[in-house]
Formats: sequence, structure tokens, C-alpha cells
Amino acid sequence: MEAEAAKYIGAGLACIALAGAAIGLGTIFGNYLSGALRNPSAAPGQFTNLLIGFALTEFTGLLGFVMGMIILFAV
Amino acid sequence: MDPLYQFKIERWAEFRLFGYDLSFTNSAFYALASTLLVIVFLVVASGKREMVPGRMQLMSEMMYEFVAEIVRSTMGQAGWKFFPLIFTIFAFVLACNLLGMFPYFFTVTSHLAVTLALSMMVFGIVVGYGLVKHGFGFFKLFAPAGLPVWMYPLIIPIELVSFLSRPISLAVRLFANMMAGHALMKVFASFVVMMGSAGGLLAAFAIIPLLANSAVIGLEFLIAFLQAYVFALLTCIYLNDIVHEHVGH
Repeated sequence: MEAEAAKYIGAGLACIALAGAAIGLGTIFGNYLSGALRNPSAAPGQFTNLLIGFALTEFTGLLGFVMGMIILFAV
Repeated sequence: MDPLYQFKIERWAEFRLFGYDLSFTNSAFYALASTLLVIVFLVVASGKREMVPGRMQLMSEMMYEFVAEIVRSTMGQAGWKFFPLIFTIFAFVLACNLLGMFPYFFTVTSHLAVTLALSMMVFGIVVGYGLVKHGFGFFKLFAPAGLPVWMYPLIIPIELVSFLSRPISLAVRLFANMMAGHALMKVFASFVVMMGSAGGLLAAFAIIPLLANSAVIGLEFLIAFLQAYVFALLTCIYLNDIVHEHVGH
């Protein structure tokens, strides 16, 4: 296989990380929403925690994106 | 049509000092423009203080109140002295992100060098303030009290790695979000051009990526704001560790 082709395949494989981030984000927001509907008065107090969880989860997906960029343009 | 062409740094005025390249670039220009934008906005908006605020004054008050709420909810009264820092970081990142949303404008925060400089500054403040305030007790941050003794060889490296990876995660989050978003807009825009120039039935379907791109631009405005918020919020949380560190002095 040519090195150039392997590079593109590798970049594509690195994007699989986004699937994990998508599952995580769905879990976070879905669970927040179901909790908020059960107890709406407690929901605003947990909004900060929601966004912290969002930021941390999103970061794992972005690492995959950065890996793809590194493979495509830096190596 | 390289989607990453928009992140190219151009030297507008060559300038070298002691072998370092200190040229005035488009990145430097837009960083400066964002700073001036924030200063001018706040000076104009809060210059004429009235009992019943006008639109501009209301916007600046909302911004102040928004950041004040982040600081209060994460650090409490003890962290209030960091409010100017948090407000500056929030305003600067927000201005850079939003200024980059104009077509043909350069997004300052889409470069790792800029965001890493910001996050290393935060990291330096956390370590510096922690050492000044707690002295050697600062290192108790890595060894939480009340654990069985045999847990410490495991916990201390984990805490250390988590602490040291904070500036990297803070920087990469902002940079990757802005870069991925702007590259995505460019990719969708190039779909429109490619399909439109293909002619025939394909040209009629070029409306689909055009509509998608409009939605993506809306999403990008949300991301631009959200990332500024998350950056300020995480800075507060990192500072909170040392403001409220329960260590024996």
C-alpha cells in the first residue's frame, strides 16, 4: 500500500473517536434532561456541572479530531 | 479549495529581534482588534450610567452579571479577587471567537499557539498563587486527605498527571472547536460551489449544502459563545482548587 493512502485511512480511523464523544454527549444531555423533568426546581443548580461534563466529554472527541489533523497535515 | 487555507498566518510587517521572528501578523492584528473592540464597547456602554439602562448599558451589565455569576457559583466570595481576570479572559476569548465569524476574517483562537499561551497563563497563575498562599502545603493538592495509606502511591501520580494535563486540555478544546467549526463551514461552502458548477440535476441539489451551511453558521455562533463560557468556567474551577484548598497551614 502506498504511504499516502495509508495516511488517509489513518485519518479516517482517527475520526471513530467522534462516535464515543457523541454517545457521551447524548448520555450527558439526555440524563440531565430526564433529571430536570423529574425535578425542575433542582435543574438550574446543576447547569454548571452539566457544562463541565459537556466540556470534558467533548474534549475526548476533539483529541480524535486533532489526531486526524496531525496525521493529515503534520506527519 | 483547501479548507485549512483560512488559518494561514501572513506577515504584514516584517520585524526581527535577536533572531526571533516578531513580525506583525494578521493574527496579531485581529487579537489587537478584539481587545480594542472589548475596550471600546465597555467604555461606550458604561460611560453614560443611567438609572434606567439603555440597550448598550444593558448589554454590558448582562455581560458583567453573567461572568459574576460564574465566579460566585464556583469560587464564592473568596474568589472574588479573581473576577477581573476571569472577565478579561471571557471577554477576550468571546471577542476573538465572534470576530472570526465575519467572512474573510482571521480567527485568533483557531491557533494552538494563542490558546496554549492563554491556558499556560492560567496554569501559571494557579501554581504561582497556590505556592504564595499555601507555600509547601500547595503540594497537598496532589494527596487528598483521608485515604488509606496504601492508596497514595496510586493517587499521587494520577492527580499529578490530571493537574499537568489541564492547560493542554484547556488549550486544545478551544483551538480544536474553533478550527473544526471553521473548516466545516468551508467544506460545506465548497460543496455548494462544486455541485453548482457541475450543472444539471446536481446543481439544483446544491441548495441542500447551502441550507446546511446556514445552520452550521448558527451552530458556530453558539460554539463561539459556549467555548468562551467553558474557558472562563474551567479557569474558575482550577482557581477554586487553590482558593479553597483545605490544608493545615
